[in-house]
Amino acid sequence: MTNPSPEVTAYVDQAAILMDLSLHPEHRPGVITNFERIQTIAALVNDFPLPDDLEPAPVFEP
Amino acid sequence: MNLPFPDATCVADSVRGQEVTAKAVTAAALARIANGNPVLNCFTSVTTDRALAEAEALDQAIAEGKDPGPLAGVPFAVKDLFDIAGLPTLAGSKINAERPPARQDACAVSRLKAAGAVLVGGLTMDEYAYGFTTENAHYGPTYNPHDLQRVAGGSSGGSGAAVAGGLVPISLGTDTNGSIRVPSSFCGIFGLKPTYGRLSRAGAFPFVASLDHIGPFARSVRDLALVFDLLQGPDPEDPACTDRPPEPCLPQLGRGLDGLRIAVADDYFARSAEPIALEAVATIAHALEATRRITIPEAQRARSAAFVITASEGGTLHLSNLKKRPQDFDPATRDRLLAGAMIPTSWYLQAQRFRRWYRDRVRELFQEVDIVLAPATPCPAPLVGQKTMILDGVEMLVRPNLGLFTQPLSFIGLPIVVVPVQRPGQLPIGVQIIAAPYQEALALRVAAVLEAAGTVSAPVPSIQHP
Repeated sequence: MTNPSPEVTAYVDQAAILMDLSLHPEHRPGVITNFERIQTIAALVNDFPLPDDLEPAPVFEP
Repeated sequence: MNLPFPDATCVADSVRGQEVTAKAVTAAALARIANGNPVLNCFTSVTTDRALAEAEALDQAIAEGKDPGPLAGVPFAVKDLFDIAGLPTLAGSKINAERPPARQDACAVSRLKAAGAVLVGGLTMDEYAYGFTTENAHYGPTYNPHDLQRVAGGSSGGSGAAVAGGLVPISLGTDTNGSIRVPSSFCGIFGLKPTYGRLSRAGAFPFVASLDHIGPFARSVRDLALVFDLLQGPDPEDPACTDRPPEPCLPQLGRGLDGLRIAVADDYFARSAEPIALEAVATIAHALEATRRITIPEAQRARSAAFVITASEGGTLHLSNLKKRPQDFDPATRDRLLAGAMIPTSWYLQAQRFRRWYRDRVRELFQEVDIVLAPATPCPAPLVGQKTMILDGVEMLVRPNLGLFTQPLSFIGLPIVVVPVQRPGQLPIGVQIIAAPYQEALALRVAAVLEAAGTVSAPVPSIQHP
């Protein structure tokens, strides 16, 4: 994780602006590293084909 | 009650039988905490005045011939994310110390109190429950009673260490990705992560609403079942809490294996572990004469989806403070929460949809078997400060990977008992006894068989004061 991808770096920086998160310069590398880790992990789930009619199972009773 | 470390059932029997007063039991527990906590660092608060007052009230009730409850005079402590009336609920953080004191006890605390148990304090944890080691930057690491150079596990590390060290016979913790099961394994005690939604989380500081559970730690299976039974019951204050009527497990403990179909999880659950973790599973399987193997499909993906949901919901929960005062978070949690808050909705919802798909597959699997066995952790307790470990020849980070075997299972809310395998001269390690949803009784029955056979146990080690 020594060389974070420019795409992830750009995404984190832009997301921080949109979310009104002024990332502290000391925190920014750790956030980028963690987001890259999440991206790798999420890809495994995102790549998995699921049927269109499969809904999540939320717990919400009106 | 002549044993040095009687279990909760034994303590309650002695108090109910007036062999000993609740006040004497409470005073002894407070003395053990005063002696042991400086070494283990497992308590963040000790509720001395409250405990002694409650114990006196119990003794008074007993003197008046009233029923003091099934946990009469039993000292207990809770992970400090459970509300304790009069104290701010820290959840392992520095930020929460500024919260106003809780106005009432968490539901679980009040249910145990109603059963006669005496609260003696709050216990350490990873900040906001986001971790597996309880190496807390604000409050210091919690040490393992079996080896003070090693972690107690997390995030309910204080709950594990306090019970394993003999400071209290029972405690409460929470489990989102393994936070009851990891410390149970490292500390060599029994832990129960019930079915998702089975026990009320009201008054427990949240982490990941989709995955949070509460549950007990104990040194005997009967204590685990008793506490679980007392905590059961609907609660409108927790929207996830089931309306199912309580199903007492304690009366079922003696029913044995009675035709239960037991299988060992293979594939994902038989890789990326130190041999000792798999040997512990083999020991349990042998004792249960379980030869069948079963494959839980897509466990790696399930773990990944749990990771995404955890980061996203956890990050969103703390977003306001992450904006205002990021420097006040534990560095170990802060950057993960910040990154989690930025996860695109499509990733999060895909993980939630996958959760349902995976749940349906595992439900099918439980048509074929009643119990599945799997390691609780890939290794025994690592050293305090240890950064990396080697599993199957691959070097990996310690902290995020201790939940390798717990995450894919809590992801779909399965009830699980961790049983401790003791190895003379070595560290203990736990095995997960996994049942179908709402079948806690079956997992507890299996644990009771193993305990009766002497295959699993939770003796208190003699703590070597430095």
